[in-house]
Amino acid sequence: MVLKTRLYQNTYEFSSVKEVLAKASEAKSGDILAGIAARTKLERIAAKVVLSELTVQDMYENPSVPYEEDAVTRLIQDDIDKNVYESIKGMCLGELREWLLSSSTTGEMMLQTGRGLTSEAIAGVSKLMGNLDLIYAGSKMKITATCNTTIGEDGVLACRLQPNHPVDDRDGIIASALDGLSYGAGDAVLGVNPAIDTVDSTLAVWEVLEELKNRYRIPTQTCVLSHVTTQMEALKKGGRADLCFQSIAGSEKALAAFGVTLPMLKEANEMFLKGGTAKGPNVMYFETGQASELSSNAHFHTDQVTMECRCYGLARHYRPFLVNTVVGFMGPEYIYDAKQLTRAALEDVFNGHLHGLPMGCDVCYTNHMPMDQNDNEALAMLLVNAGCHFMMGVPQGDDIMLMYQSTGFHDLAALREIAKKRPIHEFELWLEKWGFWENGRLGKHAGDFTMLLKG
Amino acid sequence: MSEIMSNLTEKTMQQFGCDDGILEPGLFWKAKEATPARIGIGHAGARCKTDSMLRFLADHAQASDSVFMEVDEDIIKKLGIFEIHTRCRNKEDMILRPDWGRIIEEDQQMLLKQNCISNPKVQIYFGDGLCSPAIAANIPDLYKVISSGLDFEGITVGTPFFVRYCRVNTARIIGPLLGAEVTCVLIGERPGLTTAESMSAYIAYKPHPLMLESEYTVVSNISRFGIPPVEAAAHIVDLIIEILEKKQSGIHIDY
Repeated sequence: MVLKTRLYQNTYEFSSVKEVLAKASEAKSGDILAGIAARTKLERIAAKVVLSELTVQDMYENPSVPYEEDAVTRLIQDDIDKNVYESIKGMCLGELREWLLSSSTTGEMMLQTGRGLTSEAIAGVSKLMGNLDLIYAGSKMKITATCNTTIGEDGVLACRLQPNHPVDDRDGIIASALDGLSYGAGDAVLGVNPAIDTVDSTLAVWEVLEELKNRYRIPTQTCVLSHVTTQMEALKKGGRADLCFQSIAGSEKALAAFGVTLPMLKEANEMFLKGGTAKGPNVMYFETGQASELSSNAHFHTDQVTMECRCYGLARHYRPFLVNTVVGFMGPEYIYDAKQLTRAALEDVFNGHLHGLPMGCDVCYTNHMPMDQNDNEALAMLLVNAGCHFMMGVPQGDDIMLMYQSTGFHDLAALREIAKKRPIHEFELWLEKWGFWENGRLGKHAGDFTMLLKG
Repeated sequence: MSEIMSNLTEKTMQQFGCDDGILEPGLFWKAKEATPARIGIGHAGARCKTDSMLRFLADHAQASDSVFMEVDEDIIKKLGIFEIHTRCRNKEDMILRPDWGRIIEEDQQMLLKQNCISNPKVQIYFGDGLCSPAIAANIPDLYKVISSGLDFEGITVGTPFFVRYCRVNTARIIGPLLGAEVTCVLIGERPGLTTAESMSAYIAYKPHPLMLESEYTVVSNISRFGIPPVEAAAHIVDLIIEILEKKQSGIHIDY
């Protein structure tokens, strides 16, 4: 393993695989904050050169956190398909990049290979890929998952309807949900972030969503994004929902900062398979976002792309229905502007896909980032081409509870129409029945949620 | 000029909508009453109408501006409190150096020691965080009700003060410094488009530098547009009493 190279009369030498990975990363304010980013552009390229010669085996043998010390590393390494790994372990990452891009490599072959790659290897190869490389290779992979309906079929762009309310008001949630449905949002999930993380509040919002789903016979799934332990308690108390949600992170220590352990996730998954309302078999919904590990000082001097990849390594163990990178929520200290955000979103969606996950992206920004809706819309257009499974549908992109901006109902409708994408099939039929959708675009009753309210 | 464009931000979002072609306008406006979310705004093809697009841009501009505003010294005087600051020198530092936003330099620590009572049961203080307008908008009602509520329960409350360029994790330093059993920081939260004056309460039982983020008990969305300050204050008092009884805060893994 050589960790040294020369560029323009300068020798660049790195002390570890971890340092190479960090310095090969595209510039992010979070890695700079952590003091691990390349100091010059040329040093970044030198790190990429060194990285391109490291092998899949080098990545496997140098996890970001040692096997003995971290439950997430153990989960990722133990889950690796050893036969696949043995067949590719000698490949260096530069070769892997070309193989992924090759016209004779199918999406199916990529997914098969992904099972033999650790999260560090996947993070590594993504650092050798430009934005268009990520879109070009990523769009080949087809990944489906089934809860009540199936996400990830060809030509589908799904949408999480996110009808949040500042105090979880029942009528307020219903009003936003109906408005969203009338624009075609909600086929991925009807998912509410509760303002109040209690068992009672979770039960109350579950009831609202289940009632909507059942009253209008909407072919979709329901979820309340409270803490996993809150949802488990709510399930024990007799509440019902389809999907179990949790935010996850890439190290055991970072998970602890979220109040989460791996046995807890296992138990939650089993509880929802048994006691939830979903047909399954995919009943988990995970959210991630670059730099959550750094924000809890649990990143072990690892860059944020690699830590984010480890979330996907963790996620794939539980065969989730949805994984969503909430890419712009962490703030400008981690992802500064539209350029960094665009890069992060493309990395996350590609890396999630190569882990075999149905990846969505919350294309979003906070008000302390130098960004606006124009930047968001441009990124959403890129992600549609990258094969992103789903995006958020928030009333006009403005989340009145979480205080950030995402994609709106109108954005999803426009993206589908422009890119000739459709909602999940059963859901599309449901929309057509109400006149909300017609011939691959908004129908004559689009935006009129009173269609659903009149007697 | 049309009436709406002569004062685009005058109406609340509940009153701001487009019922052209809507089957049941009565039901439409009634549903809109239930949420400040931007629903019922009509559409031009699959895009927004001009009025709702411009309203969004105006609200975003206001929110973005409020991040970089300073809390006026007059407001601090009016509250009858003193102020300290973190290592950050300005709002730019605030944005890019969250680590500095939790550091209280020695001279500022001295100020705290000189001006505050030691070892109160509960220490409450205020921070600008990412939204300066939140202080003037919420603290007068919020703090009055919390402190009188705790007084009524016979719980001693420390000397309140303001921290400029403040992050939540100042609590890890300030709690132990003043010897409080429970520390509660009332801090401006990221502004949203419907309110550029919301704050959160982060409450910790014996906070310390190595504590986990999950050890904070959090009440968010405090503002006249979310959980009204008086109502939030009553909730915070209950939480503090519970935390003092259980001698722990936040979410615990040994559930």
